[in-house]
Formats: sequence, C-alpha cells, structure tokens
Amino acid sequence: MPFHSLKDVSSGLQAGTFSSEEISADYLRQIEASNPELNAFITVTADAALIDARSADASRAAGTAGPLTGVPMAHKDIFCTSDVRTSCGSRMLDNFAPPYNATVVSKLAAAGMVSLGKTNMDEFAMGSSNETSFYGPVRNPWNTDCIPGGSSGGSAAAVAAGMIPAATGTDTGGSIRQPAALCGISGLKPTYGRVSRLGMVAFASSLDQGGPMARSAEDCALMLTAMAGFDPLDSTSTQRPDEDFTRNLEQPLQGLRVGVPGEYMNADLEPELASAMQQALTEYEKLGATLVDISLPHTELSVPAYYVIAPAEASTNLSRFDGVRYGHRCENPTDLHDLYTRSRDEGFGAEVKRRILVGTYALSAGYYDAYYRKAQQLRRLIQQDFIGAFEHVDVIIGPTTPHPAWKLGAKSDDPVAMYLEDLFTLSVNLAGLPGMSIPAGFSDGLPVGLQLIGNYFDEARLLNVAHRYQQVTDWHLRTPTSTGGEQ
Amino acid sequence: MQWETVIGLEIHVQLATQSKIFSGAATRFGAAPNSQACAIDLAMPGMLPVLNTEAVRCAVLFGLGIDAEIAKRSVFDRKNYFYPDLPKGYQISQLDFPIVGRGSVQVQLPDGSEKEIGVTRAHLEEDAGKSLHEDYHGMSGIDLNRAGTPLLEIVSEPDIRNAEEAVAYLRTIHSIITYLGVSDGNMAEGSMRCDVNISLRPRGEEKLGTRTEIKNVNSFRFVEKAIAVEVARQMDILEDGGSIVQETRLYDAERNETRSMRSKEVANDYRYFPEPDLLPIEIDDAYIDALREKLPELPRQKRERFCSQYQLSAYDASVLSDSRTIADYFEAVCDACNDPKLAANWVQGELLAQLNRTESDIADSPVPASELGVLITRIADNTISGKIAKQVFESMWNGEGGVDQIIEAQGLKQVSDSGELEAMVDTVISASPDQVQQYLAADEGKRKKLLGYFVGQIMKASKGQANPKMVNELLHSKLV
Repeated sequence: MPFHSLKDVSSGLQAGTFSSEEISADYLRQIEASNPELNAFITVTADAALIDARSADASRAAGTAGPLTGVPMAHKDIFCTSDVRTSCGSRMLDNFAPPYNATVVSKLAAAGMVSLGKTNMDEFAMGSSNETSFYGPVRNPWNTDCIPGGSSGGSAAAVAAGMIPAATGTDTGGSIRQPAALCGISGLKPTYGRVSRLGMVAFASSLDQGGPMARSAEDCALMLTAMAGFDPLDSTSTQRPDEDFTRNLEQPLQGLRVGVPGEYMNADLEPELASAMQQALTEYEKLGATLVDISLPHTELSVPAYYVIAPAEASTNLSRFDGVRYGHRCENPTDLHDLYTRSRDEGFGAEVKRRILVGTYALSAGYYDAYYRKAQQLRRLIQQDFIGAFEHVDVIIGPTTPHPAWKLGAKSDDPVAMYLEDLFTLSVNLAGLPGMSIPAGFSDGLPVGLQLIGNYFDEARLLNVAHRYQQVTDWHLRTPTSTGGEQ
Repeated sequence: MQWETVIGLEIHVQLATQSKIFSGAATRFGAAPNSQACAIDLAMPGMLPVLNTEAVRCAVLFGLGIDAEIAKRSVFDRKNYFYPDLPKGYQISQLDFPIVGRGSVQVQLPDGSEKEIGVTRAHLEEDAGKSLHEDYHGMSGIDLNRAGTPLLEIVSEPDIRNAEEAVAYLRTIHSIITYLGVSDGNMAEGSMRCDVNISLRPRGEEKLGTRTEIKNVNSFRFVEKAIAVEVARQMDILEDGGSIVQETRLYDAERNETRSMRSKEVANDYRYFPEPDLLPIEIDDAYIDALREKLPELPRQKRERFCSQYQLSAYDASVLSDSRTIADYFEAVCDACNDPKLAANWVQGELLAQLNRTESDIADSPVPASELGVLITRIADNTISGKIAKQVFESMWNGEGGVDQIIEAQGLKQVSDSGELEAMVDTVISASPDQVQQYLAADEGKRKKLLGYFVGQIMKASKGQANPKMVNELLHSKLV
C-alpha cells in the first residue's frame, strides 16, 4: 500500500478515487499487518470505524462533506473515547472505558474523521521512549531495534509506518515533537490553551497540550484547524476566534527572521544531526530568511524545572486512581489502606511511581520552597528568554533532539540520561509556546527532526515556515521502506 | 490561677447556588445517593473543574457584608489527601490568596452590649462527599452528592472569650449570610458547620496557650456546650500542672464531652500548591461596586433603624431583626396597623410562639402580616379587646378565615353600647351588695383591687366582649 498523506486521502475521497470505507479498510489491513511487529496500537476499533466510514461516505454523497470527512486517523490512548477502552498505557486503566469523549475526539469526529483505534504510549505519558507502556514498547519503523520516542510513540510509529495518515498526540515536555523527530514525521504542539484538555487524561495540567501528528506540515494544519478552539469546559482554554491554520501555508519566507539559539546548536549534538541542522538553516536562507544568532540562556535549567513541576502536578493528578470508583482494584482488600496501596502498587508502573514520589517530595512541607517554588521561578526565567528573543525574531529553529532514536533498553536504567534527551523540547512547554518538529535528514539511517518554535498563538506562521521547507525538501516524503530502513 | 479563654471559629457555610462550585450537578439536599454527582464530581479521568461564578458572587457579597477587603485576584489551591469520599484525592480550596480578606462584625451580647469580632479571611472551597458506614454489611458506602458543593470558610480572629460570645458571633454570621441570601443557613442540613479552636492562658498573659480544635459542631447549642466542657477539661489539666496537646477533637453530644480524634489525621501534610486546572479569580472594581449597590440592609443597620424609627427597645429590635424574613414580616404588620409597639409585641409574642410550637417557618405562617395588622387595628379601634384578639389569632392560625370574618362569625365584637353596658353594670352592682359596702368603705388603694371583682363579673356576663374601658368608667360613676 502506498504512503498517503492526509491531504492525499482527502483529495482521493473528494475525487471519488476511493471511498472512506475502502481506504479505512486498507488502513485496517495495514494495521493488522504491521502492528504485531511495531505494537503501535493498543486497541483497534475496526467495526466502529467501518460504520463511521460508511456514514462519512453517505455524507459525502449528500454533499455535506468537509476536507476531513472520511479520512482515517487514530487517537493516542490518552484521549477519552466513549465506550472504547482508554488505558493511558497503564494497567491502572486497562479495564476503563469512559462514558464520554474528549473534546478533541468530538471535534475530529464532527469534522468527519474516522478513528481506527487507540495508539500506544508511555504510561500516563511519562517517558521519552515508549518503553513504560503496560502494553509493551513500540518499535521504531525505521529500525525495529530502536525506540520510537515518547510518549506519543504509538502515534508517531503508526504514521511513519503508513498504518494511519494522521494521529493525535499530546505533548507535556516533548511528547509530540520528540517521537515525530525520531520517526521522521511532522508533529505540532500548539500554544498552551489552544486545544482543549477536557477528556485528555491529565499528566501535568499546566504543560499538557494535544496536537496533530502527520506526514507533513500541511496535514498538521488541516488537522489542527479541526482540533483547536475555545472550550468553555476547560478553564485554561483560551478564548479566541477559530482559525484556519492552512491560510498562510503558501506565504513566501522573504524577510523572515529565524532565530538560531546557540544553546541548541552548540550542544552535544550527534555530528550527522548537527550537519542536518546546518543544511536546514542553509535551506531557509535560500528561501529568503535571515538567520539571527540568539541566546536562550536558561535552556539548561529547563530540565530541573520541568522534572520538578511536571512530577509535582502529576503526583496529585494521579491521586484519583485509587481503586475506589474505576480502574484497577486489588483483589480482596483487607481495609482502606490496603485497597489504596495495593491497587496503586499493582496499577502503576515503575516510571509513574518514580514521578509520583518525586512530585510528592517536591510539594512536601519544608521542601516546597526549595523545589516547587524555585522551579516556578526558573519557569518564568525560561519564559522571559523566549519573550526577549521574539522581540527580534519571528521563529526559532534548532534540533528537536540531540540524538536520533536509541536502542530499546539503552537508557532504561538511567532515567536522568533519558530526561536529558528532552533538553530542547521542555522549555517550549514551560513557556507555553507552540513548537513543531519536521523531518530534516538522517543520522545513522535514522530520521532527525528540525524544531520550529513560534510566538504565542503563531501556529499559522509556524506551519507556513515548515510547509515552505517541505516544498523544497523531501525528507518528509521518505518512508522506512523507501530508505531501506525496514523492509 | 485565673485563666482566660481564647476562642477562634472556622465556620463552613454552604453557598446557596443551584449547581456545584466546579460542575453543573445540582446541590439539592436529600436526593438519592449519587444521583447528583456528574463525571467531574466523580473525578473521572480527563474531567476538569469550571468555576461557578455564582459562588464568587456569594463570597464577594459576604465580604462586603462584613466590611472586608475583597481580593481583586484570588487563587485556588489543591489540598491533597486520600479519602474515599474525596474523589480527586485533593480538595480545591484557597490557601495563600483567599477571595475575602480582613473584615469584622459587631455582635450583640445578651446583656445588650456590643463587641467587635475580627474576621481574618473567608475563602471558597468545595465540600467532600459522605462515607456511609451503616447498612452495608461491613462495607462502606460512598455518597458523592455533596462532593463539590460550594463552601465559604469564614475564619475568625481569636477575639472570642467565652461560649456566650461564640454563640453571639455565630448567630451574627448566620443572620448576615441569610440576610444576604448567600446561604440558607440550615444547620440541621449542614449548611453551616463550625470548627472551634480553644486555648487557655493565665489572665494578663499575652502569649496564646496551646489550642485544640473541635471539628464539625453543627448547632448553636452544641457550640455552647462543647466550649463549656472543653474549657473545663483544659482547665483541669492546666490546674494540675499538665499541658495541653495540640490536636483535633470531636464533640460527643450524647455524652457531652470532647474526644481526641486519631492523631494520624492531624499529622497530614496536605502538599498545597496552586490548582493548575483553574485560572486565578480576577474581579474588578465595577463588579464589586455593582454588588455593593445591591447590598441589602444588614441586621445591625436594621436593628438600629428599628430602634429609631419604631422606638423599639434594643432587645425587641434585636429579636425582630435577627432574621430577615421576620423583620420583613414585622414591618409589613407595622404598615398595616400603624402601631409599631403592638406589632412588635404580637410578632414576638403570639406569632413566634406559634412558629416555635409548630416548628414552622415564617414563610409558611397561616397568618399573613396584613391580617395581623388588621387584628391589631381592631384592638386599637375597640372592636375587640386584647384578650379576644388572642382568640381570633388562634382561629386564624387554624385557618378559620380573616380577622373580620372570625369576629363576625364568632360574635366577638366588643360591646361598646353604653345603654347595654349600663344595664350590665347595674345588674352586677345590685347582685353584690356586700362587695359594694366593702368598696365604699375602703381607701383609694384597696378600691382599685375591689373594682377588679366588678369588672370580672361584667366580663364574665358579657363573655369577655364588654369594652373594658367603658366598664371602668361606668363603675366609677355608679359606685359612689
């Protein structure tokens, strides 16, 4: 089966080349073929998908179809889907099917997209390798000995392997951008507040943001247009008029000021990755952009700040998983304390427990000022770095990660080494900015990602900057089979 | 040693909103278990709180009602602890930036004097659900109907010195919240509950002693009793040279004692931090001013006005202004009869007695204020006597009709016809020669007492309907 972009599928449906039922069935077959090896999906909802596909075809026949009507997609298993298991990659929610849809799920369904299932992820989105999932690790389609990145590794691998044209992801510290980079696809983390968090199982409330993962910037723009928007049921959602994020895609980049942060470019980058970055910057200069050296001096501090704030919020967000109302409950609890401790001990994996412990510690009496309050101060400094930079530049460009995908298990025993892989992505969440990763070359035969960071609510420009690059490069068109990674 | 008691109260007031503070579920009392708990109240994954602005309005109104500082920006925090009736594993509350800052209330003490009690702060928070330990065959049930009900926690300064002041303060807060309509103040249903902090110190000592906190006392009477027994307990310990353990205690009304709660619950580290799912509450002057303009007359202002406008005693004014509905009723009676003194007597006397006896609310009184006004008018215009009026009131209470209807139907109209009365007086005088002799022989002081006999006889003969003033005049003129 050929690799389709979301745009290709949309055009094919509009032209009548295939029906939604046909293309959905094709993708379901592809999932069936690839999933045993890649483990990208936790749940496949084939029957429901084909019903939805037929109703999409009916609405196309009735003339009420939009650009996304009938286009297959998948949801990261962190988004609540009515009557469909929403596990969050955890044993804790292995038995949980919510009676409601996340706002994002409702919006994409309203736009006509057909969900084929739920993708694998690090447990409760805590991880950079997808190895913490209760359902086992996802494998990178470019090299199945490697991790796909995380936590939206299932979505990234599924898109990269052509199991689905597009998928949702969530990004708390890089969980869309890092797996997008490591799997060679495009992924966008919108400005905090742009996409509703209602029905998205919370990891760190002040950092979590849902976004699209697809084959190109244009695909991301199409999907974001349907996903984003003010939600009165999410108090942190921003009240702004809806936008068409495809509107600026074709704008020329003449005069664009591109900020190049020394802290990113001079970091300990994999050499091939570093040269891919240089090549991308050259490409932008050819497109008419001006490169401006900038400094984001507090970049390094984003790791300690993030690894206090995110676990702190997570430690209390995950308190609701207590075995009382839903989710995993231990057998025959002897009393309340036993019910709590055994249900949580059995329900949560090691990384989740580690972060709950770290977060609980950081919020404890006597430590709050030294950790949580200090981390919040760092957060403001990091935010100030960006606000200062955006006075001089329109977009910031650098690597998404310092290295390409690593081998499964290579960093499993060293959580700090794993945390350091997030160095370039964390600060974007701490500042609440939109960030994107697009394919920009290879290192050791594995894809590497170019990160684009925009000003608040400047997603349309970010997508434009990414799209123009993709018009003059073909990294985003490469597939694992065409490059000889995985046969 | 002479000891001084120091008391501070934390009052939890349930706000009278239609729906919960962070969800759309209803807050009605007494619904079937878990019938008023939605996905947000159940803390289902991915659910988010949305602030009910009506709760903010109630909190700001209360703040204005006690002349407090209103915070332009206040912040919600998470208070973390595990309990089955706390679905999220944290309570959303306000720690460092409460919506209502420093204020104060003037309370009236039983001896008529006033005292100012400081209010440290008042903050918004959500209530927890209820754990039910009976009827579940050794298991526990959980009812989440109350989970997420909006509460205002009002924290007083340690300005209270005895149980009497504590109750007076509690009553003042109760009347302020009900006047403002921010709560129904129904203590039996838990709409107002109170934690009492008590410590003792040697009289004259500045430094506060070690305190204990008595949790969840839910009536004025229990507050009074709990303070009495806890003060006695602490004093015994201190007099014996012991020291007080800082702890949370429970008041057991049946045994009239306070008991220590498990110390484990006291040692909780709540790991407070700002609630990331909610933005800070931002309010501006225009919002505050609009509410200030709509502020109703408050109990203390009303009490003062009743004294000056109706010439009521401080005591009468205080009783009549205690509740807004009673005050409104009283004023409606005044409007209808133009006799504030009689109106005050009747509302405080017959009406409140009947309401207490039947445990009913003034809103449900079978005697409307307008009819009580008519009744008082009929006394003033001599249609009936005060004594007959009580009979008429009783009949009205029993739903037998309006004032004039009952007077007519039962033939209760006062006899004021001088011819008819003269005949009655003559009959009684001629039937009582001995008493007439005694009367005529008596001095001025004794005559008054003897006259009562004749009046009584005439009233008896007239079935109470003789105009007492005219009877008196006739007797005076005949008995010479």
